[in-house]
Amino acid sequence: MSDIYNINKDKLKFATNKDISHDKRLDTKPVGYFEDAFRRFKKNKGSIVAAWIVILLVVYAIVGTWFIPKNYTKAYVKDTELQRYQYLTPKVKFLDGTGVWDGTMIKEITEVQYAQYVAREFETGLNPIQKIVEEYEVKDSLGTKKMLKVKFDTYNAIDCFEKQLSLTEYQAIQQWQEEKGIRVIMPYVNANTSAPTTGSPATVRIVDSNIWYNSDRKGKPIDLNGKPISNLEDYIPAYVTYKTATIKDDKYTVTRLAGDPGIEDPTSPNRWIYAKVTGTTLGNYNVRVNAHNYFIYKYGFEPSFLFGTDVQGYDIFSRLASGARFSLLFAVAISAINLIIGAIYGAIEGYYGGATDLIMERISDILSAIPSMVVTVLFNLHLSGTVGPVISLLFSFILTGWIGMASRVRMQFYRFKNQEYVLAARTLGARDRRIMFKHIFPNSLGTIITGSVLVIPGVIFSETSLTYLGIINLDSPTRASVGAMLNSGKLIMTKFPHVILFPALFIALLMVSFNLFGNGLRDAFNPSLRGAED
Amino acid sequence: MYLFKYILKRLGLMLMTFSIILTMCFVLVKLLPDTPPEQFGKDMEIILKRREMLGYGKPIMVQYMRFLKYAIRGEFGLSEVLYSGSRNVWDVFVEKLPFTVALNIYSIILSIPIGLGLGILAAIYKNKWLDHIISTGVMIFVSIPSFIFGFLIQYLLCFRWGLFEPTMDATQGAFSWTAFVTCIPAILCLSFGTIAGFARYTRAELCEVLTSDYLLLARTKGLTRNQATVRHAMRNAMVPIFPMILGEFISIMSGSLIIEQMFTIPGVGALYVNSVQASPPDYNFFMLLSAFYMLIGLTAGIVIDISYGIIDPRIRMGAR
Repeated sequence: MSDIYNINKDKLKFATNKDISHDKRLDTKPVGYFEDAFRRFKKNKGSIVAAWIVILLVVYAIVGTWFIPKNYTKAYVKDTELQRYQYLTPKVKFLDGTGVWDGTMIKEITEVQYAQYVAREFETGLNPIQKIVEEYEVKDSLGTKKMLKVKFDTYNAIDCFEKQLSLTEYQAIQQWQEEKGIRVIMPYVNANTSAPTTGSPATVRIVDSNIWYNSDRKGKPIDLNGKPISNLEDYIPAYVTYKTATIKDDKYTVTRLAGDPGIEDPTSPNRWIYAKVTGTTLGNYNVRVNAHNYFIYKYGFEPSFLFGTDVQGYDIFSRLASGARFSLLFAVAISAINLIIGAIYGAIEGYYGGATDLIMERISDILSAIPSMVVTVLFNLHLSGTVGPVISLLFSFILTGWIGMASRVRMQFYRFKNQEYVLAARTLGARDRRIMFKHIFPNSLGTIITGSVLVIPGVIFSETSLTYLGIINLDSPTRASVGAMLNSGKLIMTKFPHVILFPALFIALLMVSFNLFGNGLRDAFNPSLRGAED
Repeated sequence: MYLFKYILKRLGLMLMTFSIILTMCFVLVKLLPDTPPEQFGKDMEIILKRREMLGYGKPIMVQYMRFLKYAIRGEFGLSEVLYSGSRNVWDVFVEKLPFTVALNIYSIILSIPIGLGLGILAAIYKNKWLDHIISTGVMIFVSIPSFIFGFLIQYLLCFRWGLFEPTMDATQGAFSWTAFVTCIPAILCLSFGTIAGFARYTRAELCEVLTSDYLLLARTKGLTRNQATVRHAMRNAMVPIFPMILGEFISIMSGSLIIEQMFTIPGVGALYVNSVQASPPDYNFFMLLSAFYMLIGLTAGIVIDISYGIIDPRIRMGAR
């Protein structure tokens, strides 16, 4: 036996150089579970589109409130004047005059109303009637009436109104008016009294701040003898003049309205007054303001709302965005909480099985048999007084919501708990908790994530239904709910369909795209479908 | 015999669940502050006196026993808010139930053939254009809440085109022709979702059956495609579909809160919403209707499970 420890290295050689056999390295990259799922998800065109729509809607919900100036949205809280701007139709500024989405609507008006609107344009320069579509006659018990179908600009038709101002406010408006060249303060009209400005006969004027001319009780323009007139130039102004005013000094110092005798002769007794002064020294100034321009003065921008305004005069675009944001946040929060509770509950059930499983299943059985409506109502009655409606709604969704997630997790645990890798982990001394959450749970993550994504549209649907029915009232000036918007829009659906259109469209789009997205996700995470679609 | 035992066991479990929830519900309602509302033309003292005689103010469990005793006879107390103490809650409920049932029966009669038909078509023409159209429609109609369709139908069919009355005319009784004609929009609204649900389910089941081995065998032994589909595939696909239809039939009584409110149908759902929205809530209605909904839900579940066992004796839902 030769010395095997001291063999000369040179004597050793490979049998053949060619025989060296390495394990072949993998040319392809290994594909993980999530990567594979993502790859298969991308193949599903519908789900990709849906995912983009979901992202778009989420972005809208986040940034939608940024585009409306703050001093306008702040007015939601207690500004009652905002209601004057209710039901403005959707308007995009650069589509002005095209007839589509430009703040117009088709409206049927009487001949007298038509005359009023024309006169209003003559005074304010804002034209409410863009085009006469059709003229026709209607017969009723009083005889035939001429009606007009017109293209009606809701923004230019905002009514003038009488407002009480303090002297400083009054002067501030005057100053602003002079700087910007936009007329807010109109010559004062006694809307409530019966006396015409000059001469006889006395006619009864209707209570309307828009009518600046001598008119009968229906608002029809008449001359001093009570005869109707049709020519716009002949209208007789019914403004209160210096002569007829009770308190003379209206403290109006800036440019007067065209046609005012006070332009030529500032001391003329026939000059129009611009405020009715009540009270003594400082006094209140009752002023007739042009509401459209007053809006510009007060909120700093010209009224133009992408989605229009609702019954309170709130901008629907930002209001819907805040409602959407609430709905989405709420649904995500519930989904997350349900995921946590359901995962823990289901993991314990599935992992231990046996008697534990039986008892816990009975508990969730009983909970799931309670109608969700009953739960919601009871929680609302009990808790909304103390913790507020949002929290009570949250509780009621959670009380029964986690059961679906728990049973899903339980199934997964039953599937995995007897597999070899769990046995290996247990052999190495891992505790139960570690096996459950470090070994089994990550394996069932795909199904669980999909489940919690599909919970979101369900929660939004329930929340919208509840707020729509008015069972839960989440509304406040600062917080909107889509359901309540739908409900308020439904009442005036025939006249102003835009109020309901946009919330309904939003919900429909969100539901369809969320479900498509969720289903795509489910298919992608389902290993049994791998290769099935190729 | 096994089936009988199984049914008995399920019924027992159901009764247990029902009584637990009912007790919980009762206790929670009784814990709420319950001041009687002003009733027109009645002295408050009389109302309070009557309440005292009815057991108000006693321990909750005593009240509960009394509630159970009278509930079995169909006496759930007077409606104190909605009808100012003039009507018995149970009478009003019985009066309103037919409207809900009628509405939902019409809707189901419409939905079953259309839903199943669309599902079968989609399954037979799987991955062809017809299937894609049906599946897209189903996706849309399943996802979008029914009240959105409600708005659309009410706006277009009722207001714009004037085809139907926007609200239901309930004066002629629930099953009269006028009631039927005036609630067509509501029936349509309810049906869209159900049709889509049936179609989706049928398609999924039938697709699975159509690719199974025994259908291949049926074709091999000489049946035509139609024969094989009707005689073998449809029957097997019906195993899970039929219980679903059955469950749908039971839950028709629960009605739809939103659709009933939208089309002013004087049904149970609208009654529930009204009783909850009243201030203070009409608790007697609330108790009765909550118990009713629970019972409906539980019964539907149990009937579905048992019908599985009858249609296909290999299946025992909920048994070990």
